[in-house]
Amino acid sequence: MENIIKNETRRDFLKVSGTVAGGLALGFYLPTGPRIAQAAVQTNSPNAWIKIGTDNSVTIMCARSEMGQDVYTSMTMLVVEELEVDINKVKVEFAPPAEVYINALLGGQLTGGSTAVRDAWEKLRKAGASARMMLVAAAASEWGVDASQLKAANGMVTGPGGKQATYGKLAAKAATMEVPKDVPLKPSSQFKVVGNVRQKRLDTAAKVNGTAQFGIDTRVPGMLYAAVAMAPMIGGKVASYDDSRAKSVPGVKAVVQYSRGVAVVADSYWQAKKGKDLLLIQWDAGPNADNDQKKIWEGIRNASQQPGAVFREHGDVAAGMGQAAKTVEATYQLPFLSHSPMEPQNTTADVRADKAVIITPTQFQQLIPHVVAGATGLKPEQVEVHTTFLGGGFGRRVEVDYAIDAAEISKAVGAPVKMVWSREDDMTHDSYRPAGLYKLTAGLDSGGKPVAMRFHSTSPSISARLFPSVVKDGIDPFAVEGIDNYPYETPNLKFTYQMHDTGVTPGYWRAVSHNLNAVALECFIDEMAQAAGKDPIQYRIDMLDMGSTKHQWSGLSAGVPVGTRMKRVLEEVRAKSGWSKKMPEGKGMGVAVMEGYNTVIAMVAEVTVSSSYDVSVDKITAVIDAGTLVHPDQALAQMQSTINFGQSACMWGEITIKNGGVEQTNFDMYRVARMNENPKVLDIHFIKSDSVPGGLGEPGTAVVQPAIGNAIFAACGKRCRTLPFTPENIGGA
Amino acid sequence: MKISFNVNGKQSSVDVPPDTPLLWVLRDTLGLTGTKFGCGKALCGACTVHLNGMAVRSCQTPVGSVSGQKVTTIEGLGGNHKVQKAWIALDVPQCGYCQPGQMMSAAALLAANKKPTDDDIDAFMSGNICRCGTYPRIRAAIKEAAKMA
Repeated sequence: MENIIKNETRRDFLKVSGTVAGGLALGFYLPTGPRIAQAAVQTNSPNAWIKIGTDNSVTIMCARSEMGQDVYTSMTMLVVEELEVDINKVKVEFAPPAEVYINALLGGQLTGGSTAVRDAWEKLRKAGASARMMLVAAAASEWGVDASQLKAANGMVTGPGGKQATYGKLAAKAATMEVPKDVPLKPSSQFKVVGNVRQKRLDTAAKVNGTAQFGIDTRVPGMLYAAVAMAPMIGGKVASYDDSRAKSVPGVKAVVQYSRGVAVVADSYWQAKKGKDLLLIQWDAGPNADNDQKKIWEGIRNASQQPGAVFREHGDVAAGMGQAAKTVEATYQLPFLSHSPMEPQNTTADVRADKAVIITPTQFQQLIPHVVAGATGLKPEQVEVHTTFLGGGFGRRVEVDYAIDAAEISKAVGAPVKMVWSREDDMTHDSYRPAGLYKLTAGLDSGGKPVAMRFHSTSPSISARLFPSVVKDGIDPFAVEGIDNYPYETPNLKFTYQMHDTGVTPGYWRAVSHNLNAVALECFIDEMAQAAGKDPIQYRIDMLDMGSTKHQWSGLSAGVPVGTRMKRVLEEVRAKSGWSKKMPEGKGMGVAVMEGYNTVIAMVAEVTVSSSYDVSVDKITAVIDAGTLVHPDQALAQMQSTINFGQSACMWGEITIKNGGVEQTNFDMYRVARMNENPKVLDIHFIKSDSVPGGLGEPGTAVVQPAIGNAIFAACGKRCRTLPFTPENIGGA
Repeated sequence: MKISFNVNGKQSSVDVPPDTPLLWVLRDTLGLTGTKFGCGKALCGACTVHLNGMAVRSCQTPVGSVSGQKVTTIEGLGGNHKVQKAWIALDVPQCGYCQPGQMMSAAALLAANKKPTDDDIDAFMSGNICRCGTYPRIRAAIKEAAKMA
């Protein structure tokens, strides 16, 4: 999601937000680029990244949502590195929405796009260093000595003659000191916290003893519980309903209609759920009433006949194809996917006449005051938002729909309400990874190298729905990721994108369109290698573009050469995976490589394919260049995570539409990887690097899928171009 | 009609319809929110608790059926259980939502099988879904816990 800040001047701003409980509160932010959120934001003091109390307490505000990806610890590590305090004595709190917390890479207070650490990398170290310098300046002033004679370490400033003072003691005075303009940062050689391989997560204890508070665990005084009935057809609405049976359930307090459904509100969730099951609702099916998967694919296929918008072109692709010794052509078909985080959507809302409190597991806290204001008639500044731990996010919780629902229901009943969706509600009212069709044509010269490359994708645009201002000339930057940075040297190429609405709500899904474009591309590169009669790894290495990357629409690494990084990870993955070894019958290895979020990953998958085309993934070898690893063990965890998530997607993931609604309702119909299906061996290697950190929460998801697809081909000779890689799709290939 | 049962060593008495799933009695009536709701159909294992030491899915266990019996939840595992120690040592959780269920399953597995093999672990744990993909660490943590006395 980083395209939005193109050309922005990265001038740093510092701001003392006033004192907190007599201590120091320091806010630190970069000016924002064009806002991803249209809404303006109020700055509510006191908001800061760091709060140092006179009682020696150190609180770090975590302004990104913790959904497993470790921002809670890794962002704290950045502050602590420069602040010089014991990380185990620091308290971490989730930040409210405020301008100071805007993610400069996204232009909003939003967690996504694998940006949290990248955005924080300089900002939070500078925040820590600035606070430390102000504490030192306070001590210097107090003791009448020069700051250069003082040392800050372990929450204490020490000086000549055995002088010493705790941060707490200095905090009040520090708040009156001038904010430093020049804030030098430690060189990486002096890092003590950043890169510490033994650093533990700060949230593990709470997540192991059951006390971690997820949205669904919220309890407030006088709270009622809501279960909801929403239209089974996407976009359907309530026409009429009979709640007489629902109201007869003991404990049911009210049945209320809200914008997109009917809510049963009761003393407990189970009573509400029982009432919901007894509702009789007539639905107005709306515009998608007779939508079904067959029609959707027909629509996509028809739309793919359109020329689309050109997002990358050079040379003359038609002339190039004309010169080619051989032409390779393939069309890949990728399905809708559900996010299905383990915690179903929920929100606790307390909407009063003059104020609303929203407690919610969200990735986009900044937007909530505005949409809740719109739904309740309050002003945004009257809406207080509390972010909890998120039981998974994966992009689903960038949406704020469920917070609006809960606010409407609370307002209707005049009480605090915790609305909890069932798994069925969640799976059938998701925003789905778009389905799409990917047509690729390559003209190869007599040596097998591409002289011309044509890429044409047809899929729904997520941003056209959520952030229309970023869509320009028919191009959604989040629909061309993983292909606008096409890394192979090709003299003539033309890449086009055809936007097409299917009637199914599209959503940002972990790694977004990398999961579409790079999956199709890296499978296709394997087809080219096959046509050229070359080894798939050497073929890729030989045609890497060693110049600057293109990234016309997406990505932070625009203009940065990634060819050298790609060559390195490919060479290392070849060595680590034992690539050229002879595989037994029914087994195969496949490779894929990608740059995304300024991280470069190569993976080799080893699979076994049975005679009936059942696939098991035996081993994944991954080599990653993600720059500096702030929290190495959790960088590893994110690779383990993305491999699993991508495996689920490409092996089984498929959402289909029937009678206007989603057919899959629970984990029996939407299969995800289980313990016994997780590869027995994950061999993950990071390249040692001092470069700025790359994003890690997403890219692996997109690399593992083509690696598995290519391994399936190597194992059984079937080139499966319709995902997921089910026995039916492989057998039919 | 009151239903009495032992939760985490304490006698509890609840006045709810007997068909109410144990999950919601634990979470809403008794305030023990460590046990999670994931699917409502015993497909994901997030709601796993022990009933007389055996792992059960509390979303499919009517509270009426546990009358007079012994229920243990993540809160009752004590915080110092070898499974919890191993989970902390290996930093298993990511989002953490499924982990109480994972740990309750793992504790039940180790109670019945002191030295589970990979296949034993796969067979026993495959009812617990993790979307974050912590499976490699769960497997390693179970082996780590098995080594503890």
